[in-house]
Amino acid sequence: MYLRPESVDEALAALAARPLTVLAGGTDFYPARVGRPITEDVLDISRLAELRGIRDEGRNWRIGALTTWTDVARAALPPVFRALQQAAREVGGVQIQNAGTVAGNLCNASPAADGAPALMSLGAQVELRRADATRTVPLTDFVVGNRATQRGVEELATGILVPKWAAQDRHSARSVFLKLGARRYLVISIVMVSLAMEISPTGKITRCGIAVGACAPVAKRLTALEKKLLGNRLTPEVAAIPAPEHLAALAPIDDVRATADYRRDAALELVRRGLAELAAEAGEGMDWS
Amino acid sequence: MNAPCADVVEILLVVNDEPVAVLAPPADRLADLLRERLGLTGTKIGCNAGDCGACTVLLDGQQVCACLVPAVQADGRRVTTVEGLARDGKLDRLQRAFLAHGAAQCGICTPGMLLAATDLLARTPQPTAAEVEDALGGVLCRCTGYRKIVDAVLAAASGDVAITAPAAGNAVGARAPKTDGAAKLNGAERYGADWAPVTALWLRTIRSPHARARFRIGDTAPLLAKHPGLATVVTARDVPVNSFGIFPDVKDQPVLADGEARFRGEAVLCLVGEQEAIAHIPESEIPIEWEPLAPAADLDTALAAAAPIHAAKADNVLVRGRVTKGDVDGALAAAPLVAEGEFTTSYVEHAYIEPEAGYAEPFVESGVERIRIFACTQTPYMDRDEIARILGLRASQVHIVPSAVGGGFGGKLDIAIQPLLAVAAWKLRRPVRGVYTRPESLASTTKRHPARMKARFACDREGRLVAADFFGDFNTGAYASWGNTVANRVPIHASGPYAVPNVRALTRAVYTNGPIAGAFRGFGVPQSTIVHEALLDELAQKAGIDRLEFRHRNALRAGQATATGQVIEASAGLVACLDALRPKWQGATAAAEAFNGAQRKRVGLAGRRRGVGIACMWYGIGNTVIANPSTMRAGLRADGRILFYNGAVDIGQGSNTILVQVLADALGLPMGAIDFVMGDTDLTHDAGKTSASRQAFVSGNAARLAGAQLRQRMINLVEARPDATLRLEPGRLVAEDADGVKHIDLGELPRDARGDVLFGEGTFNPPTVPLDADGQGVPYATYAFAAQMAEVEVDLALGTTKVLRITAAHDVGRAINPTQVEGQIHGGVAQGLGLALMEEYHAGRTENLHDYLIPTFGDVPPIDVILVEDAEPLGPYGAKGVGEPALVPTAPAIFGAIRHATGVVVRHAPATPARLRAAILEAQR
Repeated sequence: MYLRPESVDEALAALAARPLTVLAGGTDFYPARVGRPITEDVLDISRLAELRGIRDEGRNWRIGALTTWTDVARAALPPVFRALQQAAREVGGVQIQNAGTVAGNLCNASPAADGAPALMSLGAQVELRRADATRTVPLTDFVVGNRATQRGVEELATGILVPKWAAQDRHSARSVFLKLGARRYLVISIVMVSLAMEISPTGKITRCGIAVGACAPVAKRLTALEKKLLGNRLTPEVAAIPAPEHLAALAPIDDVRATADYRRDAALELVRRGLAELAAEAGEGMDWS
Repeated sequence: MNAPCADVVEILLVVNDEPVAVLAPPADRLADLLRERLGLTGTKIGCNAGDCGACTVLLDGQQVCACLVPAVQADGRRVTTVEGLARDGKLDRLQRAFLAHGAAQCGICTPGMLLAATDLLARTPQPTAAEVEDALGGVLCRCTGYRKIVDAVLAAASGDVAITAPAAGNAVGARAPKTDGAAKLNGAERYGADWAPVTALWLRTIRSPHARARFRIGDTAPLLAKHPGLATVVTARDVPVNSFGIFPDVKDQPVLADGEARFRGEAVLCLVGEQEAIAHIPESEIPIEWEPLAPAADLDTALAAAAPIHAAKADNVLVRGRVTKGDVDGALAAAPLVAEGEFTTSYVEHAYIEPEAGYAEPFVESGVERIRIFACTQTPYMDRDEIARILGLRASQVHIVPSAVGGGFGGKLDIAIQPLLAVAAWKLRRPVRGVYTRPESLASTTKRHPARMKARFACDREGRLVAADFFGDFNTGAYASWGNTVANRVPIHASGPYAVPNVRALTRAVYTNGPIAGAFRGFGVPQSTIVHEALLDELAQKAGIDRLEFRHRNALRAGQATATGQVIEASAGLVACLDALRPKWQGATAAAEAFNGAQRKRVGLAGRRRGVGIACMWYGIGNTVIANPSTMRAGLRADGRILFYNGAVDIGQGSNTILVQVLADALGLPMGAIDFVMGDTDLTHDAGKTSASRQAFVSGNAARLAGAQLRQRMINLVEARPDATLRLEPGRLVAEDADGVKHIDLGELPRDARGDVLFGEGTFNPPTVPLDADGQGVPYATYAFAAQMAEVEVDLALGTTKVLRITAAHDVGRAINPTQVEGQIHGGVAQGLGLALMEEYHAGRTENLHDYLIPTFGDVPPIDVILVEDAEPLGPYGAKGVGEPALVPTAPAIFGAIRHATGVVVRHAPATPARLRAAILEAQR
């Protein structure tokens, strides 16, 4: 069975009727089936045009489920989306970025998903719809393990909701994404970090999100570090604040790419560098609006 | 458009501006739709996983991997493939730029590169180099090292590129475009997976999931009964002679394992039948009972093993290699300065972008049963003899037709898919085709030998080397493959390209239950070069001598003796290479030290250090002692064309071009007068394998001799003077000399069985002298020399290494085609960089091209090539070889640079970020 509905309702009805493998850009679907025939039933959602694109919905930005990485990279978005736009240019090659979707990256739930840390640092939520209900789940809860999410078999991830940053007057927000791999392109991360910072007119950190990927079965927020940073002025000195104990949430493994010890060290180093980079930019009086 | 997955739907799309309606299952990959249903085989499949980008096409003008697009998603859209780029048979501007810049070598990644670049140039007509890298970064190339591709795209952006062919008599030394270039650029070239008889059945191989296991195959009758599309199941019992191997006395590898599998990925059974039917048979239905055994996974386990992997080798040692000269122990004891160390390397995969593919087709000719094998290979004549042996046929019953080869690097010297196809086709008396999946190619074919090497090198106070003592174990995996060659080549080279009076170099090739290690660009010498170059750096430091000057002092010069006692009489250009590097070396070293001084002063979190390294190499061209003749033939056709019967397979390195250049100059005719056939065993003579960097030197000589003989016969035919200028016109040979113009009509002359009215043949076999028990003798007729310099930047906190520049000075004797020589060097450098920094194959864990990492566009730095032409008197127009030499010094040069930057000696390749960071921490303790 290969279904290619033209409306979300049709798609949800199909999901309600039988288990289906959801396919959007195909960039995770086919690599998992090398040398194997395709035998399962597929729900191809590529025609659900209403799910494509990024929209300002007032309180949130909505990234529709069919929005590709290239769409994200090319979109005119507030500076706080920079980390996500940087991540968009690190997912596979341009071919993958042109076909693969942001939502699909989250639903595939790889521990090394490039999209997860950036969206997590932004406080994103995943919108899940079924024929008779819609719910939103924080991204921190959505991915529950390696290749496992909270999406029910009858549900479709229809969009990603990113809360507005720097909504208060004269506050500004910015973010940065750092990916570490053993080669330049087409690389699965050894470690990646994403930092989103909002500062007041006096330079105080009023909100922050820091997430680390590829260091646990799922990307992790460093909430203890975030708390510690709040209220500090975003100056180069804050880069000295992150300490090993702030990385307690991580559970890196030894694999062919690196050792667990290395991952832990590198994660800390990258968090410090991310802070230093954001602080340097704040200091340069860049437009943080 | 809802439909059952397996059923076909009608898909309406526009392909290369033509509307097309095609029936296909909706979930089929677009790449398969293009190739199999529309016959557009210019779109290549390298991995089916979006890891290599070879299948890149444009979908509504945007680059995508055609292997990741469901066929049905192309409905209503525009698809552009490589076949759509050329207009009216004329290459487009980008394709011409690729041709002019040597941006295509084997050509398998070229369609993907062209389409990614087409997408870029449509959006960004004047890109920067960085934008080119970003846009093409999703396509892997294993041949070119990427730099010439960047050059070509930038050149196409800035204007049209002229393609010029050299005039008659000026081909050697010219940057002639590839003779097979157009086909590699327009999608017409046929690689192993691109062609097969329509009646061919398909082959699917079932492989061992265990590194070592006994197994029993049960009754296959129920399987055959259940699946009508399954024509037969092929097992060891179907193989007439179930053993093969490179050497006549070491035929240790079965075509299909017989009761015991010795490595993960070993073929145990083949399903042959209709493509869909055999693909859908679940492995669980195949009656194999496995009994896993404890594997000898590594060198130590194998060397200690009670259970030998092969009964004939009780100690699991396949072979020992040995070269000794002088009194090593005495010299070491007396030497004031000694450096020693142990170094290890990993399994390295060739990672050609074309997986093994081809077909076998039995046929009857003049009452004789024969079989034709069309497949990618580096060695058609060895394939012919091996297939004949396996099937119990005479060699003349086997016809090898090499496909175009999408990269080899040594990995396509061993038969792989060919015997499986041959046995299946012979059993069924039907054509059978097959294509390895990427995981199958990775799991089952050969690798570079992981090595564990210990050495001591000593010099006197003036920095003159006095002794080299080397011992290396090379893990050859489950079967011998080229283990003998590695074990014998390494000792000859292990003391480096230096004059060392006392040498002891010992090796062992050791069986394990790991992947088979075979031939890979350099046959073990890249590994042993890491050792001697690291120890030379240490000795230079101890002696207080600059690292380049230390090497210069010790470099082998003409008139000096090698470790095997061979006096190099000519063409020893290492000193010239070092002289050429010296100014750059001094500048780069000073710049790195200035950078580091500034870094040290800065209190920062992101400390970086730069370093410069240098490494030298030498490399014997051709087989080690063993005869390796090449015979070439050139025929004059009645239509006034020259037909070059070229038995040398071009695997991308360019022999189809340089041999034509040599032949053209030997004939005194323009390259354009020459057509050629490549490697067809019914038409050509045996030119030997494309291996050991030998085709330019050995087959180049044969082509030169063939051309000289044919020229003489043409001169005789028209009764012209020896210095006459020859010209070929349609159906006519014209000669012009001091006596005037003479011509002869060729159409009236008698033709031989091949259709030639005249022919010339030439044979060359490099002169060697067998090695004695101490490894003394003349193993090679000539050696290539090189010195490379690497500049790197290490991020101390992360252990990452960025190579900033490679400067490569190579003595190639004579550069027959400088563009191609540069291309070989660029590609070798890229592979050397991979060996140094990222490449590491683990069975079962890196069986794809995203876990097994090869360098991408952004990893290969600018490469400055310096060609030193110290002519080899025996070589064709002075030429030697460059294919393997290009790779050999790169990793040690990078390691030398890392050491210069950080003080850390890299003792295990690759120096991944985690390893290098751990070593930096260790050094700081």
